Amino acid sequence: MSAILSNPPAAARRESPGLWALAWRRLRHDRVGMVSLVIVAFFLLLMVASYAGLIASDWNREVGVSYANPSFMAGAQNLEAQAIEQRKAAAKAPPVDLSDVDPLAPRYKEWAERAAKIAVHETKRAETLPFGGDKWGRDVLKKTIKGSEVSIFVGLASAFLATIIGTLLGAMAGYWGGKVNDFLEWFYNIFTSIPYILLILAFAAVATSTGKFGKGIVPIVLVLSLTGWTGIYRLIRAEYIKHSNREYVKAAQAIGASNASRMFHHILPNVSHVALVQLSQYSVGFIKAEVILSFLGFGVPVDMVSWGTMLAEAQNELVIGKWWQLVAAGASMAVLVTAFSLLTDSLRDALDPKLK
Amino acid sequence: MNRQSSLLLQVHDLDVRFRLDRKSEPFRAVKGISFDVPEHSTVALVGESGSGKSVSAMSILGLLPENAIVGPQSRILYGGRDLLRTPQAELQAIRGKDISVIFQEPMTSLNPVFTVGEQIAEVLRQHMGMGIRQAQARVAELLNEVGIPNPQLRVHSYPHEMSGGQQQRVMIAMAIACEPKLLIADEPTTALDVTIQKQILDLIANLQQRRHMSVLFITHDLGVVGDIADRVVVMQDGEIREQGPVEAIFEQPKHPYTKALLACRPRLDRRPRRLPVIDDFLRGDGQLHLEERHRGTSAADEIILEVRNLDKTFFLKEGLFGKRAIPAVKGVSFRLPKGKTLGLVGESGLGKTTVGLTVMRLHEATGGEVLFEGRNLLALSEKEMMAYRRRIQIIFQNPYASLNPRFTVGQILLEPMRIHGIGADDRERIDMVMQLLRRVGLAEASFYKYPHEFSGGQRQRIAIARCLTMKPDVLICDESVSALDVSVQAQVLNLLQDLQDEYGLSYIFISHDLAVVKYISDRVMVMNEGTVIEMADSDDIYRQPRKEYTRRLLASIPKGLERAKELEK
Repeated sequence: MSAILSNPPAAARRESPGLWALAWRRLRHDRVGMVSLVIVAFFLLLMVASYAGLIASDWNREVGVSYANPSFMAGAQNLEAQAIEQRKAAAKAPPVDLSDVDPLAPRYKEWAERAAKIAVHETKRAETLPFGGDKWGRDVLKKTIKGSEVSIFVGLASAFLATIIGTLLGAMAGYWGGKVNDFLEWFYNIFTSIPYILLILAFAAVATSTGKFGKGIVPIVLVLSLTGWTGIYRLIRAEYIKHSNREYVKAAQAIGASNASRMFHHILPNVSHVALVQLSQYSVGFIKAEVILSFLGFGVPVDMVSWGTMLAEAQNELVIGKWWQLVAAGASMAVLVTAFSLLTDSLRDALDPKLK
Repeated sequence: MNRQSSLLLQVHDLDVRFRLDRKSEPFRAVKGISFDVPEHSTVALVGESGSGKSVSAMSILGLLPENAIVGPQSRILYGGRDLLRTPQAELQAIRGKDISVIFQEPMTSLNPVFTVGEQIAEVLRQHMGMGIRQAQARVAELLNEVGIPNPQLRVHSYPHEMSGGQQQRVMIAMAIACEPKLLIADEPTTALDVTIQKQILDLIANLQQRRHMSVLFITHDLGVVGDIADRVVVMQDGEIREQGPVEAIFEQPKHPYTKALLACRPRLDRRPRRLPVIDDFLRGDGQLHLEERHRGTSAADEIILEVRNLDKTFFLKEGLFGKRAIPAVKGVSFRLPKGKTLGLVGESGLGKTTVGLTVMRLHEATGGEVLFEGRNLLALSEKEMMAYRRRIQIIFQNPYASLNPRFTVGQILLEPMRIHGIGADDRERIDMVMQLLRRVGLAEASFYKYPHEFSGGQRQRIAIARCLTMKPDVLICDESVSALDVSVQAQVLNLLQDLQDEYGLSYIFISHDLAVVKYISDRVMVMNEGTVIEMADSDDIYRQPRKEYTRRLLASIPKGLERAKELEK
């Protein structure tokens, strides 16, 4: 289309705003929608920056004392750090004199001199960190930022994949009807008759143990999207059933448009707003699902961090009163998910003002 | 003073605006109108879509949507009270009891999960304080009064077990159950077939006489009005153009708009070369093309399309494996001469549209032949069919549904050309599209607009232009003007006629509106229950119908306009 519009004919051309332009206009007037859009954009920016290594690339360094206090409560007692200090101090105390029985005793002095020649700098570990430290003294703030990378990426990627699978299957079932529809409906019914969490766990177990689906976060994305396409499949199928009987589709058939063209060129733009709203809703659901999976230990491997693994660690820390890791991961997730959900609502209103 | 007391309802300086969004000025739907409804009479509120007639009626009932603003000077006086300033609780008591209403769509106005008896009884118990027994007895009486056979049994029917006409009768029974003084009928016959429309109109007129009530009849069709109204109020753009006794309106219309409304509907007795349109009257130069056009076919006509024994059966799934056959078209045969129009009339749901779709292979036929220039289209493979697709085109009924809302008009018109490789490149195609847009009477700037920015008549022009891009030989018009206002209908009919004269197109014109079919067709085919009842040249069939069914169809055409014509003579 763009090829045509670039060489405009003589007539005065003023292109009318299309669906997306109108929706954007409506969204801009929606204060809640814009605020949540800014928040979501901020998180996405954080994710991208962290992925590019601009921030929080050194999240794995042990910069603080164990369970370093957040800087806003610097004075608080840190029993764990003290205990470790005491243990270290105890280790440095001169050993019991065994020179009578130790045949190597005469050499100790020589070794000590040699060791002294090698410079050892013991960096002083920070007592406090901006938002506290974890067991190994890693910065919780950096961990949270790094964790957003995995959590958000997994959420978005699996939502995209699930939407594509669901839309494709839904379009086929709804458009073709008949045998195709019957088959897909059977498949769908069997799929949904298995408890959801069980299905995820089974997939996750297979994916992580066989390692066939790659490493790192790829298996999780696959697990979530392969189990999560069902809801959008049903919605898109219903939309396609509705639309394929509309007169504009009949008209397209009458001018000789092929089935593929009718399915994707004619009908898809008319149902795409449904898919978009679902995509947004799914992102929220999958961000939460990733957290749950990681919490249960089926999530990302140990050398990576996500909000879910942070929450899993926080489980043990809470007993000894170290709450900041839980709050950092929990709050980030809560803010993002809430903003995302509000954005979804605003999107729906903007795309389909009649529903409001 | 005596006259004053006989007025049942006075609408005075009614002004309604709608707040559409925060930024823009409220849209003024009704601009300070005044009219009265006397006792024991029928007042017709006539106007085309967007004239504000329904909004006026809803204000009387207090059923305006929340974003409506009623002007402070507006009054609707009923029994000494201003309905606009009556609290909702009191309005509730008036609504349904003193003033009741019938809507356009009986199917959506009835609750599908209750029997019709229960629904009418509920009204009786709520407003008349009747007990269950008493209410039930009354329901049977009411159903009898509105002409439903076997009322004792039908009390227990669910709405879906009744036909559209019967449902509308039930709605009327419900409306008159509490013996209202005023019945508001909002387009009560628009969704019904002509024969049913006639029955319902008779019923309303009858009840009005018997019950001594008043009726406020809202319609877009002046033809209907002539049969039942005492007074007529003609509205356009939220203003009253003319009001007066029905004779005065039909005999000596004063306002050009009323004259145009009367003139632009095709009549059974005349066939001008072009239908007069509203602009002709508003401009006032009166250049009407009133010379008659001759219609008819002769044996020497070249036949472009011949249909032989066309059959189409639909299969409904029943149970797990069962199927039930529903024959929609049974052994239909006809010939379409080149450059002529074949009219296809009949009531809804009786196979007219199926014939059109099956001929184009939008439905697969179950039997028969469609010969186009000697080749049987039904036997062609999908690939061979592509060459013929272009040459038979269809214009659908609903211009709001037949254009893809996500495409610009340019995209809509270019697509068929690209599919069929018409025009060398896009530049040439755009030139052709621009010419076509001008030809169907649209601005070139329309190219970049979306369908929702156009009115119904303009959209139908776009749909026509889309067909013309492929230079078809046969055009199937499936109720193509039925959804349009009468004035717009005249314009579109004129356009179709011009195109036929210019390009020698052959039309299959499907419609339930006999006057329109008579106007545009050379030959008319009457269908009932999937079979052809009668087929003859259009003048013959209207002059001397041979079959009982055809006669019944003709008798049910509203006589309002005929009456106007008689008065003219």
